[in-house]
Amino acid sequence: MATDIRTAHQYTMPRLARLDPLRFALLVALGALLVASIGEVTPSPERLAGALPRMGSLLGRMLPPETDPAFLGRMGLRLLETIQIALAGTFFGILVSFPLAWCGAMGLTPLGPFRWTARMLVSLFRTVPDLVWALFFVSAVGLGAVAGTLTIIVDTAGFCGRFFAEAMEDSDRQSREALDAAGARKIDILFAAVVPDCMPSFINTSLFSLELAVRSSVVLGIVGAGGIGQELKSAFELFQYPKAATIILAIFVIVLGMEQLTDRLRRHLG
Amino acid sequence: MSSSIIEVRRAQKSFTPGLPILNGVSLDVRQGERVALIGANGAGKSTLLRCLAGLIPLSGGAVEILGESFSGSPSMRQRKALRRQLGFVFQFHGLVRRTSALSNVVNGYLGQGHGMRAWHQMLAPGALREDARAALDAVGLGEKWDARADTLSGGQSQRVAIARAIVHKPALIIADEPAASLDPAAGNDIMTLFHRLAGARGCTLLFTTHDMNHALSYADRVIALKAGTVMLDAASSDLTPADLEPVFHGN
Repeated sequence: MATDIRTAHQYTMPRLARLDPLRFALLVALGALLVASIGEVTPSPERLAGALPRMGSLLGRMLPPETDPAFLGRMGLRLLETIQIALAGTFFGILVSFPLAWCGAMGLTPLGPFRWTARMLVSLFRTVPDLVWALFFVSAVGLGAVAGTLTIIVDTAGFCGRFFAEAMEDSDRQSREALDAAGARKIDILFAAVVPDCMPSFINTSLFSLELAVRSSVVLGIVGAGGIGQELKSAFELFQYPKAATIILAIFVIVLGMEQLTDRLRRHLG
Repeated sequence: MSSSIIEVRRAQKSFTPGLPILNGVSLDVRQGERVALIGANGAGKSTLLRCLAGLIPLSGGAVEILGESFSGSPSMRQRKALRRQLGFVFQFHGLVRRTSALSNVVNGYLGQGHGMRAWHQMLAPGALREDARAALDAVGLGEKWDARADTLSGGQSQRVAIARAIVHKPALIIADEPAASLDPAAGNDIMTLFHRLAGARGCTLLFTTHDMNHALSYADRVIALKAGTVMLDAASSDLTPADLEPVFHGN
């Protein structure tokens, strides 16, 4: 008698893929690490229960937000400075990241075997957090917006340097080979074939990095690198909670506004 | 022969040791000739063309092309000299998609020492733009100069690629399967265009194809590659389709 293929089939399709011992051990180790971490640093239920009313009372003291016109005027200028740091930093950051991306892009780099130097530099810019760069630049050039702008430049170069390079590597190979056959130099191929091909991706990445820059320029002031963050820090330190509330609301509006703006630009250009 | 524009002597090429793609190819192309290089898939046609243009190095043997002789790869100086007089057309046109037809043709000047002025039609001097427009006229696309390359059909794209390859008035055009990615009508148009342009400009044409009719109607001479060697080399007027059958079939 012929086997019923429906029942025969069931044995050949287990619901769970078999786990090899190494993967199983790794999964168990990861689970143990998670449990241990939760025990070490997460607030215990009692502690959370005690903290919640205090958070509530702090929020109560923040309300209503400060609306003194002189204060609002000063904050307006600080916000403007914050946006200026983000804009100028992103602009120069993009200028810096473009040659870095070219030098790091496989198959396009003019550095040949030394491509990794550009890659390493971009990785260094990206992996060191922005607040650490801000501390460094405040020490190097002093308190204020210049340190903030330098931080955003490095931050943007790290972000765009990576994504520009990836876009360049993924750009159309056939046009690159055709221009190579026509006698183009590496820089000719970059500007005649790669840049036109990557332009939508470059613009997209740049808008994202502007969004990131606004977010990050807001907090740079906490370490003294200019912008609205400085005021936020001193408001908390002087227990001026209504002022802090106004600043937080302003940050919310600015970051959200920038997101809306870049979203709209992306849709318009895309 | 002194009027040879290409001389290939015992050319060898393999990408993996022990698996030769070219296994001792020798051939000549004379000034002003139109030569079809035919063979089945994997016979080494495209590889040979890429070696001739210095896009990939030879593993053995020697090449003299446009007065430059080399074995392996051409030197930087030879490469420059070579590309000044060479136009290369690929099977897939290889146009820059987001720029205009005119910009793509202006890119054909990239090997001619114009530097950044050949990056884009906006940067090009008037004379270059005029010549690029004339090249588009010659391929029948003068009216489309402003159209973005990615809005053109396959046949139109290949015409722009031809305009880009002839704009600097090369002595030699090398075309790798120029009609293979097009429908039969567009393919015939492209081959007619090549035949006419090469004749009118007195330039030498070397193209690959696996269409026997293209080889017989558009070339003066047919060279067939099989298993990395030349198996047939004859004037196309002496050949019939039956002579070419064995090229594409096993022994």
